[in-house]
Amino acid sequence: MRRIRIGAGAGYSGDRIEPAVELAEQGALDYLVFECLAERTIALAQQARQRDPDSGYDPLLEERFEAVLRQSVARHLRIITNMGAANPAGAARAVARVARRMGLAGLKIAAVSGDDVTAQLRDRDLKLIESEGSTRDIAERMISANAYLGAASVVEALQHGADIVVTGRIGDPAMFLAPLVHEFGWSMEDWDRLGKGTLVGHLLECAGQVTGGYFADPGYKEVPDLARLGFPLAEVEDTGSAVITKVAGSGGRVGLDTCKEQLLYEVHDPALYYQPDVVADFTSVRLELIGPDRVAVTGGTGWPRTDTLKVSIGYVDSYVGEGQISYAGPGALARAKLALQIVAERLQLTGVRTSELRLELIGVDSVYRGAGVTNEPEPVEVRIRVVGRTDCMREARRIGNEVETLYTNGPAGGGGAWKSAREIVAVVSTLLPRAEVQTSVSYEVA
Amino acid sequence: MRLQELAHSRTGDKGNVSNISVIAYRMEDYPLLLRHVTAERVGKHFADIVRGQVERYEMPSIGALNFVLHGALAGGVTRSLSLDPHGKSLSSSLLEMEIPGRG
Repeated sequence: MRRIRIGAGAGYSGDRIEPAVELAEQGALDYLVFECLAERTIALAQQARQRDPDSGYDPLLEERFEAVLRQSVARHLRIITNMGAANPAGAARAVARVARRMGLAGLKIAAVSGDDVTAQLRDRDLKLIESEGSTRDIAERMISANAYLGAASVVEALQHGADIVVTGRIGDPAMFLAPLVHEFGWSMEDWDRLGKGTLVGHLLECAGQVTGGYFADPGYKEVPDLARLGFPLAEVEDTGSAVITKVAGSGGRVGLDTCKEQLLYEVHDPALYYQPDVVADFTSVRLELIGPDRVAVTGGTGWPRTDTLKVSIGYVDSYVGEGQISYAGPGALARAKLALQIVAERLQLTGVRTSELRLELIGVDSVYRGAGVTNEPEPVEVRIRVVGRTDCMREARRIGNEVETLYTNGPAGGGGAWKSAREIVAVVSTLLPRAEVQTSVSYEVA
Repeated sequence: MRLQELAHSRTGDKGNVSNISVIAYRMEDYPLLLRHVTAERVGKHFADIVRGQVERYEMPSIGALNFVLHGALAGGVTRSLSLDPHGKSLSSSLLEMEIPGRG
């Protein structure tokens, strides 16, 4: 039976480079997919593009393509990525430049556009999902608005012979679904297969998270050789059934347990996993270990897609100021608590206006945020963290300053003060009627 | 016994919503999870940080539960002031929960 082999070359924008090279060289792949676009990334990329119209795509794009392009061309594997971020056409030109520099002329690079729906959102009042409020609340501070596209434009590009397809915002699993639709000729209304293809994409989209990354817990869950973690590949059949595996000899492992954790990762109702092409249903998924680092994935299905597309909106939310300083040795905790008390009083005395303020003890209560904190023995060292939200940068800076001045004005032995003030670009989501989103594909030849 | 002895867990984030899976190491322990790791108990465990509803979804085919915690991420990953804005550590926190043993 014919199988298509798809590898995941990155699970986020800053991910390791070499595992993708290993996949390109040894994975016998037909397709290599790089998922590099977190929720906020596109808003930051849009800000970069406002400063320089040729930028706005992933900062590691050139480096990633330089690392895998020669092998990919030699082995006739095609690359799909959302590294286009806020500028897919600019990204396609950048890939062409890399290819020419490497002497790889003739490559056809497709750019998928149309995810930018900033114009469609103007003067609209749409209810937000996954948080409170509506789009009107943030309209004036909006930086970017991008719809999650489906697989169709990528399929079109592949049908037109693209060797490389670069997109902006697209449903992550759709980048894996597209080559399956193209290769097997699946109907875009075959909900069962689209559901199964989405399942494969979902398991692969975070790359190392299904091969043992984000998993190890010494004494409970062991994972070998995480420093050389291998990224996953799927062998997919026309039925939509697949085997998740990785390159032999690479680090990490693929097991039922790693696949189960990734199956539910960022899923709410497993019967209704909303994607642009299909509502996938994971409730009937069956996993079977069929060999070392080989998990067979069968079952799973899908239901007709909805009439709306999810849109993520980036906007300037606020400013955040932060300061940290450490205390160690006998009485560390008492001195740290005194330090927090002093900073709280100083912020009040000097009239620093915050809409939200956190006074924390790193090593005691900062990560857990109060949940499940027990009366453990006193720590031998503790670091205070004061962080507050303000409505301007100037005010944000004053927070870190009040921590830094503890050096000479606070408790004994405070060391390693650090401060920062930053603009917060936040992201909210809404739904837009699908009919309002028009996509297009353009081509660049290296 | 501590939930950590029976199950493993992973946290995911979407906006201001956190999801936490609880997966039995051994399929035969799934009924124990089903009985003792309820939405109500998980809600209580995270009472200090969850502002909205807690929902539980069941995945018997893989011996897992999935908890969805609304309003759990201090305003959402991209604007939270938390040191762990994604709430990645919530899974470890949940595994501290005490439940009756296999009996």
